[in-house]
Amino acid sequence: MESINSTGSKELQWKDSLTTESPLVRRLLIAAAFLYLTFFLFVPLLAVFVEALKGGLAAYVGSFLNDDAIAAIQLTLLVAAVAVPLNALFGVAAAWAIAKFDFAGKQILITLIDMPLAVSPVISGLIYVLLFGAQGWLGPWLLENDIKIIFALPGIVLATIFVTVPFVARELIPLMQSQGREEEEAAITLGASGWQTFRRVTLPNIKWSLLYGVILCNARAMGEFGAVSVVSGHIRGLTNTMPLHVEILYNEYNAVSAFAVASLLTLLAIVTLAAKAIVERKIHSPAIVADPIAGVQAGSSR
Amino acid sequence: MRLMLKQPSVLPGFGLTLGFSVFYLSLIVLIPLSGLFFKTSTLSWEQFWGVITTPRAIASYQLTFGVSIVGAIINGLFGSIIAWVLVRYHFPGQSLVDALVDLPFALPTAVAGITLAAIYSPNGWIGQYLDPLGIKVAFTPLGVLVALTFIGLPFVVRTVQPVLQDLDREVEEAATTLGANRWQTFWAVIMPELWPALLTGIAMAFARAVGEYGSVIFIAGNMPLKSEITPLLIMTKLEQYDYAGATALGVVMLVASFVLALMINLLQWWSTARHRNQ
Amino acid sequence: MSIQVDQVTKRFGTFTVLNDVSLHVREGELVALLGPSGCGKTTLLRILAGLERPDQGRIFLQGTEVTDQRINERRVGFVFQHYALFRHMSVADNVAFGLTVLPRAQRPSVTRIQEKVRELLGLVQLQAMADRYPSQLSGGQRQRVALARALAVEPKLLLLDEPFGALDAKVRKELRRWLRRLHDELHITGILVTHDQEEALEVADRVVVMHQGRIEQVGTPDEVYEHPATPFVYQFLGDVNVFHGRVAQEQLAHGSVGAEAVLPSDVPDEHEVTFVRPHDLEVNRSRTNSSQLEANVRHVLAAGSRVRIELSTQESAQVIEVELTKERYRELNLREGEVVFVHPRHRRVFKLPRP
Repeated sequence: MESINSTGSKELQWKDSLTTESPLVRRLLIAAAFLYLTFFLFVPLLAVFVEALKGGLAAYVGSFLNDDAIAAIQLTLLVAAVAVPLNALFGVAAAWAIAKFDFAGKQILITLIDMPLAVSPVISGLIYVLLFGAQGWLGPWLLENDIKIIFALPGIVLATIFVTVPFVARELIPLMQSQGREEEEAAITLGASGWQTFRRVTLPNIKWSLLYGVILCNARAMGEFGAVSVVSGHIRGLTNTMPLHVEILYNEYNAVSAFAVASLLTLLAIVTLAAKAIVERKIHSPAIVADPIAGVQAGSSR
Repeated sequence: MRLMLKQPSVLPGFGLTLGFSVFYLSLIVLIPLSGLFFKTSTLSWEQFWGVITTPRAIASYQLTFGVSIVGAIINGLFGSIIAWVLVRYHFPGQSLVDALVDLPFALPTAVAGITLAAIYSPNGWIGQYLDPLGIKVAFTPLGVLVALTFIGLPFVVRTVQPVLQDLDREVEEAATTLGANRWQTFWAVIMPELWPALLTGIAMAFARAVGEYGSVIFIAGNMPLKSEITPLLIMTKLEQYDYAGATALGVVMLVASFVLALMINLLQWWSTARHRNQ
Repeated sequence: MSIQVDQVTKRFGTFTVLNDVSLHVREGELVALLGPSGCGKTTLLRILAGLERPDQGRIFLQGTEVTDQRINERRVGFVFQHYALFRHMSVADNVAFGLTVLPRAQRPSVTRIQEKVRELLGLVQLQAMADRYPSQLSGGQRQRVALARALAVEPKLLLLDEPFGALDAKVRKELRRWLRRLHDELHITGILVTHDQEEALEVADRVVVMHQGRIEQVGTPDEVYEHPATPFVYQFLGDVNVFHGRVAQEQLAHGSVGAEAVLPSDVPDEHEVTFVRPHDLEVNRSRTNSSQLEANVRHVLAAGSRVRIELSTQESAQVIEVELTKERYRELNLREGEVVFVHPRHRRVFKLPRP
């Protein structure tokens, strides 16, 4: 904390001193922020990995090398492989309609997209149980035709899709709104078809945000617990996703294995955060990304 | 005036994209959610009222909403400090801290739950120092508070941060030239700009906390009437095949979520309207 | 390509942006749509391009009706106000875009496209910038890329929406001349939207002055400047002194030269307004004629090629602006506070409905 305000010249520091706090207050605030983050962020993050490796590397690896763990990982990957592409397709379509056109009811549509974020995950699962469960609307019919949705893969997929519907759309809508319609209109005036316009003009402009949206959507799809917990039925080796597997292991006092699987999910979260940081940098400096040397030259010759 | 459903545009694909979006949302979100209300209508008003006002249910509301609001306020305070420190000061590891703030958002809730439970249990990393002081965190309402504060952390930081970034330094300089000290400048010039964003962030953290399930159940102890949150009560009823009871409580939660979402929308509208006037 | 706009009306909600507008543009002409913001000029341009659809009225290009034609069938080049360059493509790729999206059968070969791009970049003097990205160019350079991109598809009609609006004064002036020369070389029919009267007068063959969704006057730059058809045109094109009502009439209406009243009328609900350009006011140190107006010199602005003087009359608080040549100013040797006598060499009287 010694290097507070170490960047910038003396003159800048003097100027800044008019609109900043005394060094003591600054340090107190930074200390408060760090203390808070230590208790709620740094220690938990560290604890996941420490607890996971408590039994040694062999125990750590062993936590993944059993049928239940492998089945859980496979199921999680399968669920994400269905839910993420569907929600990505939906996100792009919804963002195109919302950002590039004016129509009545647009606000209602946006609110509806955000709805899954406002709803408790338990309710997200509950609504599918009420539709497809044994006592649900379609329950008797499904039972008759021997179709299992609740306590089976389709239920888990549906609940996961519900919970992750907003993520790609929410990344794209503000970006596409801020980019406006002029570039697309220019492409059309130059004779491009709708698909050519999307693929050659829109898509390159949104690709980084789309990528982050997909990564975030994927992280939530793989990590969803509450909603999936309601519809899964916790059948080992069959309907257990990774987070549910973590719960079972933890409740069986198998802490090392629970944290080992949890550490995998934590790594996924860290990758997601890293992707966010990278994407934000890409979006904020498109020229530098495109051609670093020319960017510097243009800057100096202007 | 002619009612215009859609302003004409030369860009193609409106019908296709809107049609698909509405179809998808109806199938995944709208129909299942409305199913909840239809299921409730199979209960009479007295039955419904009976289910949602049992002492156990009321205790769960008190815990869920009470602890959520306390957690949101704690996040309001510390989230503002973190946002301030990230925007205004320079310190080593700043960008790392900035990136990590979103961890509670990206981390699966079950992972957060078992980790917090392990740390704050009487023999855990932090719990072992609190236990001799007579402070029990895990398996008490205090544990619920820890979990709900954890998951609400990013919301205040991420709503306050951009507003602080866009704040015009000249206004602060003007206040200084007019003789205001730093504290006066903060309260009279900066805070009025931050309020809408701060309240939005607190409301979002609160809304998230109210519905939270995964991170709480491991640390709460889940004792009825004492440390049982409403989402868990719904889960319990489902496991006992009491669908009607679960649905009734679900409706209460859903209505609360709607009201909160509406409130957040109004706050955001206020916030952007305020921003645009400058 | 000749253009015929036939009684076009366009509304956005309850707001009428274009009200029964008709216009004819001859082949090879460069026409400026001039007016303040909100007068409907950009909307008219977008309707011509096919980016908007008129609510009423028809559009003909080269004698064929295109009102319902989609934009990609019209073969128009459109240059957007903020350039709308594709930010992820290099300058060369931007210019080539229109050629690369042609159906395979009509698409030129890759080498032919490259050749064409080189030609066009030569035309807009940006050969050296081919590999740069839009964000690495100055505003003027971006505008020229946008123009080259629009020209690549060989449009029969070039539409420019405030092409120089976002540029600083000096670049704007250069680009203006350059556009004029380019037009003289290519002879493509062009329509240019602008709110800058100087730009319209300098670049265009004909100027269309628009106001509140209507066309006020169409004419050559000389016609609209020297013979404005309406008070709005008079005021919009250049500085003007306005004298209202009776006072104006007694003091100035019986002036010496060039009295030219339009719409003569003795209807009592109308009042007369006299317009005089600052350079059409004659200033003397002593009274030579009884109709001259007595005024005080309030302020002298001597910087620039001409000297601007602000006068105030005793009767009213009105400020009269006068523009003198340097020679005349030196001859008069005016100081602030001195009394002078003014009368118009040239003026224009409009009768307006009484407000």
